[in-house]
Amino acid sequence: MTAETNIELSRKAGDREAVLEVENLTVEFPTDDGVVQAVRGVSYRLAPGEAMGIVGESGSGKSVTSMAIMGLLPKTARISGSVRFRGEELLGRSENDYSSIRGKKIAMIFQDPLTSLNPVYTVGYQISEAILAHNDVSKKAAMDRAIELLAMVGIPNPSQRVNNYPHEMSGGMRQRVVIAIAMANNPDVIIADEPTTALDVTVQAQVLEALEAARAATGAALVLITHDLGVIAGHADRIGVMYAGRLVEKGTVDEVFYEPRMPYTLGLLGSLPRLDEAGRERLTPIVGAPPSLMNLPPGCPFTPRCPLAQPVCEEREPDLYVTDAPDHLSACHFHERLVGASAAQLFRPTSVDTEDITPRDLEVQP
Amino acid sequence: MLAYVIRRIFVSIPILIGSTILVFIMVKFSGDPLEPLKMRNPPAPRQTILNEEHRLGLDQPIHVQYLNWLKNLVLHGDFGPSVHSNTNIGHELGGRLVVSLRLVLISVLIALIFAVITGVVSAVKQYSATDYTFTFTGFLFLAMPTFWFAILLKSAAISYNQAIGTQTFFTIGDKSPFLTDDSAWGHVKDIAGHMILPTIVLGLVSYAAWSRFQRASMLEVLNSDYVRLARAKGLRPRRVLVRHALRTALIPLTTVTALDIAALLGSTIITERVFQWHGLGEFFLDSVGDHDANAMLGWLLISALIVILFNLVADLLYGVLDPRIRYE
Amino acid sequence: MSEMRASSVTTSGTPQPTSVTGGSDREFNVKERSQLQQALRRFRRHRLAVASLVLLIFIVLLAFVGPLVWKYQYTDITPDNSQPPSLAHPFGTDSLGHDGFAQVLRGLQQSIKVALCIALVATTLGVVWGGISGYYRGLADSVLMRLADLILTIPAIALAAALGSTSGGAWWMIALILGGLSAPLVARAVRGVVLSLREQEFIEAARALGASDSRIILRHLVPNALAVVIVYATLLVAAGILAETALSYVGFGVQAPDTSLGLLITAAQSAVQTRPWLFYFPGLFIILIALTVNFIGDGLRDALDPRQTRQRR
Repeated sequence: MTAETNIELSRKAGDREAVLEVENLTVEFPTDDGVVQAVRGVSYRLAPGEAMGIVGESGSGKSVTSMAIMGLLPKTARISGSVRFRGEELLGRSENDYSSIRGKKIAMIFQDPLTSLNPVYTVGYQISEAILAHNDVSKKAAMDRAIELLAMVGIPNPSQRVNNYPHEMSGGMRQRVVIAIAMANNPDVIIADEPTTALDVTVQAQVLEALEAARAATGAALVLITHDLGVIAGHADRIGVMYAGRLVEKGTVDEVFYEPRMPYTLGLLGSLPRLDEAGRERLTPIVGAPPSLMNLPPGCPFTPRCPLAQPVCEEREPDLYVTDAPDHLSACHFHERLVGASAAQLFRPTSVDTEDITPRDLEVQP
Repeated sequence: MLAYVIRRIFVSIPILIGSTILVFIMVKFSGDPLEPLKMRNPPAPRQTILNEEHRLGLDQPIHVQYLNWLKNLVLHGDFGPSVHSNTNIGHELGGRLVVSLRLVLISVLIALIFAVITGVVSAVKQYSATDYTFTFTGFLFLAMPTFWFAILLKSAAISYNQAIGTQTFFTIGDKSPFLTDDSAWGHVKDIAGHMILPTIVLGLVSYAAWSRFQRASMLEVLNSDYVRLARAKGLRPRRVLVRHALRTALIPLTTVTALDIAALLGSTIITERVFQWHGLGEFFLDSVGDHDANAMLGWLLISALIVILFNLVADLLYGVLDPRIRYE
Repeated sequence: MSEMRASSVTTSGTPQPTSVTGGSDREFNVKERSQLQQALRRFRRHRLAVASLVLLIFIVLLAFVGPLVWKYQYTDITPDNSQPPSLAHPFGTDSLGHDGFAQVLRGLQQSIKVALCIALVATTLGVVWGGISGYYRGLADSVLMRLADLILTIPAIALAAALGSTSGGAWWMIALILGGLSAPLVARAVRGVVLSLREQEFIEAARALGASDSRIILRHLVPNALAVVIVYATLLVAAGILAETALSYVGFGVQAPDTSLGLLITAAQSAVQTRPWLFYFPGLFIILIALTVNFIGDGLRDALDPRQTRQRR
């Protein structure tokens, strides 16, 4: 028996175990101006209890992917591919059918806690509603459980707070309520879509702590979507990097952080200030902006911003190639050239887009 | 809450006084109530005209006239003398208020019920054939002159009555002058029968406007983050729709309804004329024709009170529906 | 993460134009368009509004050019009385022998004039009223807004009737009165816009950059408030047509011998069973105008305030 078949076998076994499998997921939005290709063939697997981070800029399709998994996209969205929960296909289910999965098997936490809760109901009502939707218990029991959940996510005086309306709570508190709702039915998967982005930096750590508490209590697998690489580093086992609706690099945290094989990932890392290298490395921003997802030309969408771009990049969009580690994948024709490369070698270490500088900016202030 | 109501009522007093002053001035410049008397052929005796002027207080400066009117109203509940010496304005207004208010209230209620249903269905089935149909009929109702539609409806009802040979629809008046069935039930039936057509006419425009509004408000809520979270919790679609979307989307409708009450009272003037009701609208048109200042002021005071009352109720309702609002 | 630029992919119909600054010379972004061009483009996409605009232009031409070329004047009394519609009299004749078509053309003309004037008076007055209120706030605001509240407490048709009873039925008097009474509505809306704009970050940014008051008003407040004003003005034209009609019906609008669509219907109301053509044609034109104007208003709202539009299929 060779090593290769061994890997094959363990993979097969893994497939049976996966709680969530996304395969070649594609989401398109028809608009008056043309079709927006928000997600273009995303695939990933999530093992029970695993934490996976997804990073990418706004509009890279991170949120749309998770909304598609939850069946929460507007009816106009065209979705294809496959989303399986413990082997069962989710796509194409009726709204009624889907509602027995949502919250019970897969729960979701949204970005903005200020607008996520209904202003006209108390937080206790909104938590117990989630419990009552999937369990045949009394309202009293549901409310007791709500208090318990509030305590678990670190809200002081939960038995009083349970009667508060959302507007009587701070943003961080509200996000903890949303986390409490997500863990209410012990789901197998929790998808957290930028759970800390809308919050003060000081509160972010507390909310992430609450999220960790929720994971510990439920044993749920986590999909953590963020554009904050720092958050990912501390809370995820594996990382997927998204760009222009595709996963462009996948691997363990260490692989992606220390041996990135996609110029975009390298650029992201280079534009992140790091305490451990303070003073030695300059920040290297990626110039330009992500492409419009309408009428994407053929080729790699990162080409216009890529320092390694070659004619082939404009012609053919690269597949996800296996790099030196079998689970470390990269969508770059030239991923081999990136072995040992640093961001500063690829991107110019400037702190501003030099193209945007006008002579006026260079005038000496009196 | 009680303190809030009392404060609101006190705040509305200046508005009431302001609007009476405004109308008083307008009315005074709008024409001479004694013109028919003066123009009479053969001419009325000079003494008659002077007596009439004195009775109506026209021989005094305008500000004294107003202050007298206000004093009599506040102290004695007296709306002042009418041009027609045998008419008691307060008494007349009281009887007509019942007639008109019952039309307005029923119309508002029915229009609201249909508007909410239409708005919700339209929003849920956005861009469907149903939605387009509702939208187009809504626009059509908003584009129709009230009285044109009223006359059309009335004429259709008359044709129907003639074809069937019975009085199925009542097209004239707010009740029958003589009633064979003199029981209470008979009266209720008679009044309800007379109300059908005017209620449709009066409610139609409000229905159209409110259903458009409810659709927009419902769409906004359906796209909101908290409805998304409600769905993500695994609530059943019906529960999401009723408990989360509709419940919240109803809040702004209370304000809009209250704001439209003034326009609705204006529409009763038209509706009552078409169906020859003896309500406030008819009273107002007659007093404008007669340049009867006190009668107009009385009418104005009543309708301003109704408008203010409706707004107060709407505000209180808003506070009940939306926990973010608190009245101290 | 210095390059986090929002490109609206998910919900809004048109993506923000973004510019590629580095990398290669490949350009795959939507070309930048001026605000006006974008608004025009969005309006053109609203097919119903465009069709309405064409129809409305046709109606207006009919009203103003029609009487010049039609063989009868609205005052002409022809020997044919109480004729149903025919080739000689497309809209029939009344009991005196007036040609229905000539009368409708004249009524149309007068009604359109009244409606346009109402919209003009109401928006001009309303913009100044609401603008002062919103921009200067304080005492001026309280006084002006209380006055608006006061006028809006009283049914407009009642005030118009009371005032109109002395107007002598001149069309411009009616327009002035109804326009004045609609102004508080515009004033409230404009004040709201100005107040909210004042607090907006881009105004603050402009102020921080040292922009003068007049520059802020001209470059930021006016263009942003303009959208609201244009939409209001459009809707007021429709409301104006209907208000004039209602006022004519209660007898305080345009007076004979002149005529308006409202007056024509009022005169024909007793003949609805016997000579229905006299009743239907003017009503049809009122509905056509109000309907098309409302559709245009809807299209303008979508075109000028894209935030309110949602994804269309």
